[in-house]
Amino acid sequence: MSTTRPELTIAVPRGALMGDTLDLLDRIGIDTSEVRTNDRKLLFEDVGIVTMRPSDVPTYVEAGAADIGFTGKDVLLEQPERAVYELLDLGYGRCTLVLASVAGEDPGAEALRRLGVMRVATKYTKIARRFFEETGRQVELVEVKGSVELAPLTGLVDCIVDLTATGTTLRENGLVVREEILVATARLIANPVAHKLKAAAIDDVLERLRATEPTSA
Amino acid sequence: MTAMHPTPSGTRDVLPDEMRELRAITDAIRGAFEDAGYGEVWTPAIEFEHVVGRMDGGGGGYRLFDDHGSVLRLRSDLTVPIARVAATRYAKTEPPLRFSSFAHVYRGVKPGRGQMRETLQAGVELIGAQGPDGTAEVLTVLCAALDAAGLREYRIGLGDAGLYPALLASVGVDAQRTAAILDALVARDLVRLSVDVHALGLDATTTGLLTSVPLLRGGVEILDGVDDRVDTGRLRAVHGAVSGAVADRLIFDLGLVRDLDYYTGAVFEIYDPAAGMPLGGGGRYDDLVGQFGRDLPAVGFSVDLNGLHIALAGEQRGERPRAQENPA
Repeated sequence: MSTTRPELTIAVPRGALMGDTLDLLDRIGIDTSEVRTNDRKLLFEDVGIVTMRPSDVPTYVEAGAADIGFTGKDVLLEQPERAVYELLDLGYGRCTLVLASVAGEDPGAEALRRLGVMRVATKYTKIARRFFEETGRQVELVEVKGSVELAPLTGLVDCIVDLTATGTTLRENGLVVREEILVATARLIANPVAHKLKAAAIDDVLERLRATEPTSA
Repeated sequence: MTAMHPTPSGTRDVLPDEMRELRAITDAIRGAFEDAGYGEVWTPAIEFEHVVGRMDGGGGGYRLFDDHGSVLRLRSDLTVPIARVAATRYAKTEPPLRFSSFAHVYRGVKPGRGQMRETLQAGVELIGAQGPDGTAEVLTVLCAALDAAGLREYRIGLGDAGLYPALLASVGVDAQRTAAILDALVARDLVRLSVDVHALGLDATTTGLLTSVPLLRGGVEILDGVDDRVDTGRLRAVHGAVSGAVADRLIFDLGLVRDLDYYTGAVFEIYDPAAGMPLGGGGRYDDLVGQFGRDLPAVGFSVDLNGLHIALAGEQRGERPRAQENPA
């Protein structure tokens, strides 16, 4: 444990990106053992790490409550107005945002053809709205917070827009991928003021991250 | 629970305790502007869209109709109205002209960020003075104003809006690709910038130059190691024209761009460690006054007074930065 407070406060996402992010921080010389052994604590001042859900990382970094942070490109695309620097594509946490519906004849296509509009459940309303506008399709978006796969199985919607890494959850729920919308990987982001006032410290982290081998997906 | 009588999202009331502090800040800044010879002006909060609208690169904004059906626009910055004043009310006066203003500006906001639609700004415009001396004068006034307000830890990021576009042109990048790359830079998306630069198919040295230049920021010494193809002349000239005290505040930033289209040369932003977002900024707009009929080079800045107030309070408490505004 270091005796001086670290210069940078780093926002680390909990959930799927956490393991690879902590491994990466270890490799560039930031000791994450305390974070790994303490599941409930959120703030680790000795190593300058704060942990939070991935979608909160841009919020903390934009406000300067954290200087830099790790989050998914999917999160950044869903919050496009956040004034943060996007510094590096880290390559890990690779997943795909897809349009999916129940196997068999595509209920989404049928709804579009017969009713002129399809109902789509998603957590990613901004990306989905942009995608359907760009592809010229009328949709009714239903924002859900929990398991999106449930929505088409119960008849709430015709299809879903959701993130998938391996496709297992979709398959187990009898859903098939109809279209791939985008591929997202983990990104390093920085607060716009810290990027200027703590330039040396941030560039140092950036250089050390670039020097590491890309992690496997 | 009392009945709900809300103000529009992005607006708020200022009550006496806060107002006394704000007034102390504006009085101190007004004194610094007056000492430097910048006379205060008022311009209308509403102007004709066909007069000011075409200059505005800030997006969004509020429009309304008057009783003749003309489209009016709520003031979205301080610079464009003063450019109009300078060109029309001082059409024959020998430049340079020096103006200051304190006013609310109105901008459309992006939902969900707690941005203010109505913000109070203080600014100056120096019209008819070329860079680098004019730029140096305005940077000096800016530092004097922030000093007078009592801000201690601030720094001024100084860039050149023409530097990176000129570099792209010099290595043969066409207008369409230049626009895409500059768009990534304005969006602070250096991953997309790198992808777009690599897609140009240039040699490795040039590709490395184009991806590294936007990341160069620091003291004046960063200009020394830069490739000859990057024209740092204007930045060096500004550095040579300011006092040592002002120079110590500067962070030279080859990646600094501002999202208003009218900037032509030097651009700057105000940072403070107690604030997560820039407290304001400015730059040269040598083509703007000419659009109102009197071709004069110009430079100016504006400071977000609420952001400055929050930074001052933060410096006094010695705390981490906090968000500059809460949702109304």
